[in-house]
Amino acid sequence: MSNVLEIRWHGRGGQGAKTASLLLADVAFNTGKYVQGFPEYGPERMGAPITAYNRISDTPIRVHSNIYDPQYVVVVDETLLESVDVTKGLKKDGAIVINTAKTPDEIRPLLNGYEGRVATIDARKISIEALGKYFPNSPMLAAIVKVANIMDEDAFLEEMRGSYKHKFASKPEVIEGNMKALELALQEVR
Amino acid sequence: MGIRERLSGNEAVANAMRQINPDVMAAFPITPSTEIPQYFSTYVANGKVDTVFVPVESEHSAMSACVGSEAAGARTLTATSSCGLALMWEELYIAASCRLPIALACVNRALSGPININCDHSDSMGARDSGWIQIYAENNQEVYDNFVQAYRIAEHKDVRLPIMICQDGFITSHGVENIELLEDDVVKNFVGEYEPYGYLLDDEKGYAVGPYDNPVHYMEHKKQQTEAMKNAKKVILDVAKEFKGISGREYGLFEEYKLDDADMAIVIIGSAAGTSKDAVDELRAEGKKVGLLKLRVFRPFPAEEIAEALKNVKALAIMDRTDSYSSQGGPLGAEVRGALFSAGVAPKTVNYVYGLGGRDVKVENIKEVYAALEEILATGCVGEKFRYLSVRE
Repeated sequence: MSNVLEIRWHGRGGQGAKTASLLLADVAFNTGKYVQGFPEYGPERMGAPITAYNRISDTPIRVHSNIYDPQYVVVVDETLLESVDVTKGLKKDGAIVINTAKTPDEIRPLLNGYEGRVATIDARKISIEALGKYFPNSPMLAAIVKVANIMDEDAFLEEMRGSYKHKFASKPEVIEGNMKALELALQEVR
Repeated sequence: MGIRERLSGNEAVANAMRQINPDVMAAFPITPSTEIPQYFSTYVANGKVDTVFVPVESEHSAMSACVGSEAAGARTLTATSSCGLALMWEELYIAASCRLPIALACVNRALSGPININCDHSDSMGARDSGWIQIYAENNQEVYDNFVQAYRIAEHKDVRLPIMICQDGFITSHGVENIELLEDDVVKNFVGEYEPYGYLLDDEKGYAVGPYDNPVHYMEHKKQQTEAMKNAKKVILDVAKEFKGISGREYGLFEEYKLDDADMAIVIIGSAAGTSKDAVDELRAEGKKVGLLKLRVFRPFPAEEIAEALKNVKALAIMDRTDSYSSQGGPLGAEVRGALFSAGVAPKTVNYVYGLGGRDVKVENIKEVYAALEEILATGCVGEKFRYLSVRE
């Protein structure tokens, strides 16, 4: 259906693409939308390519298939560009968001001639700076929220603070780091 | 008022179980139903329920423990999938013949083999003759609502049969979607206290469960079992009516979607029904008279009602998410055709097997089915009556 925003995530098992898609569903849900967040399940192992999906809509969502013609694609691990056709079906008026240190112009030649918007974000650098460890989830989530204009940035940050408080109730020390990762990602996605 | 939430189907069922607060849960984990006992055991550990959780070493033992505890007078439930349900086979029949209203959350997954963890209906459809009531869901909301209604149906004095509340593995069990939950006390009041008809621990009234049955009585007992299943139809409708009063959501034996004036229709069960509704809307926008019947209750089978609902349809596709290797199609195909024949309703009919082992069902796949029905109507020729959808030859 044309009024449904469809997003496809590509990651590797263990990187949290599934969790990121569920967090995005949470965020959109909290803005009053109808949402779906679901991974494609199989015999996945750590490091194997995985796919997850989001649908976001103003009206109830009935379709229960995977997403083949997304408006947006998020690539959590740039090494996937070598083996997975990440722009397959991606709409020209949409965008792809890639976790890489490269600029959009540098990465575009690897995208099978995709003509739409290419956005990049160095989630590794941001994550190390904000958290001291490599968790690409939070920066990638912020990047797609900004690129797809899913909600106002301040409202998003406020929403995520509440979400992290709940999620990290037993280890509140990581909340500030994750918040910083989100803020940096909102500034640095290009 | 309802609570706006977003939950996976497994979380939704676990929440219904928490609100019901049953006496006993006996379970052994198997993908994709594992999360249900996992969530529920945290409710037990955190004191949200006072249920006794019985961790067992197999599904054979899980259903055996369920039979024992329900016979002792305890409201009992379990959850399973695929080969787990298959390992319960023997006890499924025992639970039904002992008239024990156990509730089972079935998260549908393909039976082995080849081994596969994804959705089809081979597990619960294989258990269709075990004497359990079977209710299927399109989405998270429906599986939650069905579970809230489960005990009211199963424990009803005219029924007293076990009940299987089914949902599509991964597609709804692991997909997070919007849902409207009921308040805890609303569910508690709706479900009510369990008053067993008889129970082993009642030392005032002698009661036997599961004794040997000689030929002089066996058939009478089986007849009572089938009468109870017949009675379930009315009880399911009565409970649905009452449920509408607390939720505003309407349920029947099946849902008719744009079927009133439809020349072409499909009969389908589960999550693919939602996808099919989008296909119906797209085709309706092109002026095509298409509709669908989504079956909610497979046991008891609402034969007369289905025939009545389909009486004006000219071409019909019956969609089975399992094969029964009759070489004629799947179980839904056989039952719907039987219902139509008995009622003298005779649309041109094809039976599709689709979505096995998690094969994705897209809107365009369902549109292909309607296109095939259109061709049947145009040519007057049914052609191959048993087909596989979206399969490479």
